[in-house]
Amino acid sequence: MALAGIFLMLFLVSHLLTNLLMLAGDEGKAFDQAVELLGHPAVKIVEYILFAAFLVHILLGVLLQLINYNARPVKYKKAPRTEISTFSRYMFHTGVIILVFLVIHLINFFFVRLGWAPLPEYAEHSHDFRSMAVVLFQNPWYSGFYVVCMLFLGFHLKHAFQSAFQSLGLNHTKYTPAIKIIGTLYAIFISVGFAIIPVYFLFFYSS
Amino acid sequence: MQQLNSKIPEGPLADKWSRYKASLRLVSPANKKKLEIIVVGTGLAGASAASALGELGYKVKAFCFQDSPRRAHSVAAQGGINAAKNYKNDNDSIYRLFFDTIKGGDYRAREANVYRAAEVSNLVIDHYTALGVPFARDYGGALDTRSFGGVQVSRTFYAKGQTGQQCLLGAYSSLTRQIAKGTVKMFSRRDMLDLVIVEGKARGIITRNLVSGELERHSAHAVVLATGGYGTVFYLSTLGLGSNASAAWNAHKKGALFANPSFIQIHPTSIPVLNDYQCKLTLMSESLRNDGRVWVSKEKGDKRHPTEIPEEERDYYLERKYPAFGNLVPRDVASRAAKERCDAGYGAGDSGLSVYLDFKDAIDAHGKKAIQDKYGNLFEMYEKITGINPYNQPMRIYPAGHYTMGGLWVDYNLMTTIPGLFAIGESNFSDHGANRLGANSLMQCSGDGYFILPNTIGDYLADEIRTGKIPTDQQPFKEAEKGVEEKIQKFMAIGGRKSASSFHKRLGKIMWDHCGMRRDAEGLQKGKELLNELEEEFWKDLRIPGNDREINQELEKAFKVADFFEVGRLMCEDAIQREESCGAHFREEHQTETGEAKRDDKNFAYVAAWEYKGHREKPDMHKEPLRFEHVEIKERSYK
Amino acid sequence: MNVTLKIWRQKNAQAKGKFKTYPLQDVSPEMSVLEMLDYLNMQLIEKGDAPVAFEHDCREGICGTCGLYINGRPHGPMRNTTTCELHMRAFKDGEIIYIEPWRARAFPVLKDLIVDRSSFERIMHTAGFISINTGSAPEANSTPVSKIIADKAFDAAVCIGCGACVAACKNSSAMLYAAAKIAQYAMIPQGKVEAKERVDKMVRQMDAEGFGFCSNTYGCEFDCPKGISVDFIALMNREFFSSKVCKQKHK
Repeated sequence: MALAGIFLMLFLVSHLLTNLLMLAGDEGKAFDQAVELLGHPAVKIVEYILFAAFLVHILLGVLLQLINYNARPVKYKKAPRTEISTFSRYMFHTGVIILVFLVIHLINFFFVRLGWAPLPEYAEHSHDFRSMAVVLFQNPWYSGFYVVCMLFLGFHLKHAFQSAFQSLGLNHTKYTPAIKIIGTLYAIFISVGFAIIPVYFLFFYSS
Repeated sequence: MQQLNSKIPEGPLADKWSRYKASLRLVSPANKKKLEIIVVGTGLAGASAASALGELGYKVKAFCFQDSPRRAHSVAAQGGINAAKNYKNDNDSIYRLFFDTIKGGDYRAREANVYRAAEVSNLVIDHYTALGVPFARDYGGALDTRSFGGVQVSRTFYAKGQTGQQCLLGAYSSLTRQIAKGTVKMFSRRDMLDLVIVEGKARGIITRNLVSGELERHSAHAVVLATGGYGTVFYLSTLGLGSNASAAWNAHKKGALFANPSFIQIHPTSIPVLNDYQCKLTLMSESLRNDGRVWVSKEKGDKRHPTEIPEEERDYYLERKYPAFGNLVPRDVASRAAKERCDAGYGAGDSGLSVYLDFKDAIDAHGKKAIQDKYGNLFEMYEKITGINPYNQPMRIYPAGHYTMGGLWVDYNLMTTIPGLFAIGESNFSDHGANRLGANSLMQCSGDGYFILPNTIGDYLADEIRTGKIPTDQQPFKEAEKGVEEKIQKFMAIGGRKSASSFHKRLGKIMWDHCGMRRDAEGLQKGKELLNELEEEFWKDLRIPGNDREINQELEKAFKVADFFEVGRLMCEDAIQREESCGAHFREEHQTETGEAKRDDKNFAYVAAWEYKGHREKPDMHKEPLRFEHVEIKERSYK
Repeated sequence: MNVTLKIWRQKNAQAKGKFKTYPLQDVSPEMSVLEMLDYLNMQLIEKGDAPVAFEHDCREGICGTCGLYINGRPHGPMRNTTTCELHMRAFKDGEIIYIEPWRARAFPVLKDLIVDRSSFERIMHTAGFISINTGSAPEANSTPVSKIIADKAFDAAVCIGCGACVAACKNSSAMLYAAAKIAQYAMIPQGKVEAKERVDKMVRQMDAEGFGFCSNTYGCEFDCPKGISVDFIALMNREFFSSKVCKQKHK
């Protein structure tokens, strides 16, 4: 769970950095170059690992949730008041939201590239993610949905980051407080970073 | 009745145990596998004995009434565990630990047993350390010790204020290991309700499964009782609420002599009674008296807030009466002094039954931080219970029943007068005389269980290798079970109005008033009569709801309370015959001009071992004379 | 003060339980919660009703027997406090107090507020000990242990085995309980010898007992009456991974 999660967190960083290239002001040249790299065999291998990581993370998440739910067949009648952080309480819920998002996200972009979904007429070719993004994000409903999902992704990551360290036993009186702060910054960076893109295309971009 | 034979070996004191051990018979490993031993109780003594016997290869069955062996009341011991390691280079030795224990016990303990307990104390510390017990250490990594309970050396090993917990968890871990190996079979949530004797030998027990309510028969070649003391006879005590006398009492009724029942230690520093429904007194470690000053108002019935009572109107009575030891006088002396002040009307609080323990001077002298470092957890505990912050105003304390020095009479082998029935730890009488020194109970329990009993029991079992498995369908088992069943039905049939606890509470009050810290012949007689009256009411007016084939906590209590009437009477009987004051036993008739205990070594240097003669029948007393060959008997003085 | 109690009543392990309401008058704020229940039981017995079954023993917060889920929290609203140490002054006059048993698959209810915690025992039975026979211990000071480590081991060793960590955890996980013992032994030289086998066996048994998995919500630490830190869970995880990676196969 934690290992897959860490891999996914690394992926998110690279994904975000690539996406941010769309805002580079060069009409997407840098971004397109980055997308070109996706065809590289090494990246292909990483892509398979990424798929595996997603699969493991999701399946384990569901499995653990089932086991955990079953570990208390009779629930408390009085709602629990043990103070735990909201982020940690709703990890599964935020996870499910992210999964829904992921599916839509894949249909919109990744499946197009694979040719599983029809190429939209506004895209030049199956790698023209930027055009796809521009059109999709100019729909306020889509952008709104995207931003909200990124918010939940942030919630998920806020707990996930330090939790991964704890699960792997990487705990230290000196460094753990720093890890927690870095985790929060990371979560903000990822969620805000991704959310900027639709906001930009919705409000500040004219082709 | 046979003559009491304590089997104390001849020879020089220091060699008695090693020579005796060498003379004991052994059981071969092949035969050990065929021999079964029942151990009742899983406190420090029981858990250590069961695990040590399991390691030796015996088939052990261990019993406890709790859901887990780890919950036995040894867990609550706070201060520490003594050993004669002399790690502080303060000239401590086995002899000195022996001497302090004999003296602290007011010369009413057996020399040979006490010396042996001191001798094995060092092994106990080695063993617990190896078991991973986190004793306090100093910066060099060696074990730390502290001075405790009014002795002049630092021989007390400790783990903050939770030494009992840590030692018990150590013993529990070794027991757990044997359970995992299959040498010990653990029966938890079982109450032992009778002892089974076959042809004069202890052969088994009858237990009630506290979940299903079923009665069960268990057989073995020897039975070991490690069932603790009977301090809950006072109802309000520092003991766990489940602690009881019943196992030992069942054994007593079946022929085991009960020694010195009136020797009960009253601990001076417990939190006083705060409400009518209280059933437990929480101990505040004795160590608090190192820095706290004990006082009451000089004015009778002073209801002022303690911080409003000016210095000159305070009576620091311990410092006044015992200038040499001051607030650090031994437990019995401190307890009696507190009671004396309260009885005279100077007590603090609404009930007038408490005295102040004040840290103001210590805080002024050393700073709050220093006091916090030393007693932080105790102060927190006090605040949790009372809601009062002891950094700002004095604590209130009062004596409470704590430890029973008396118990089943045992010989040097720790065997009772019933062949095959052994008693270890607090349930026997042997090591503490009339008063126990602080941190000696953990030492004795562990020593008995790990290092003494496993040797001596082999000598008895050497004769049992041809016995074979003991069937439980024999007549004595059937009879014992029938007796228990009848008693259960008798309880259930009373159909009165009052709960067992309400009787226990009244019983405790009778014992506290008439057989507590200060006793006199008249009061003791009166106590016996009151017990009789209450007992009659109990058998008429007890109510046990529910049925007996389910979890029924009221039925469990009824068994205990029924036995306490008898225990209480025997305590009074013992206190009446002992026409002297010694240790925890203080007879008004026998005091010095200044009100101190007056011992009578000429006439009372003996162990009073009582034989049961039937319900309400006068018990027979057997005397085991105590000989002191290695210490000079002296009067205790703390002036 | 007066309070209204809503207490879980369940005849036995098979029966379906439900809340019963008991108004209780003249409760002293000086009473502990358990004394308040004694007071209720005395009234119930005198009325001829079945008293509420609950477990307790030392009543000073060290034996770990008592454990009630009070108003949505194990051991009630005060931190670092066991049920027996919790006093009625922590509640308001007229307050409704809900009292439930610990709830977890691995802690089946036996009656009313009593649960069966033998799953905890079985975890210990696998390896919750240091394998040393009586008599074979070396001299106590022959193995120095740094004071810092010894103190830390003590902080883990204070677990009273009450089960509040499981009761507090939204996943009913027993990680804090197992971790406290594993960490105590893993830190000191005496326990290091078997550390790898220990963590492996204990974790496996914990899973087999039907406890949930840890999702690092740290509710256990929040409600542990002894304040045991989740740092020990991290230490256990570290031990667990290193045992998986490093443990050699026995031939």
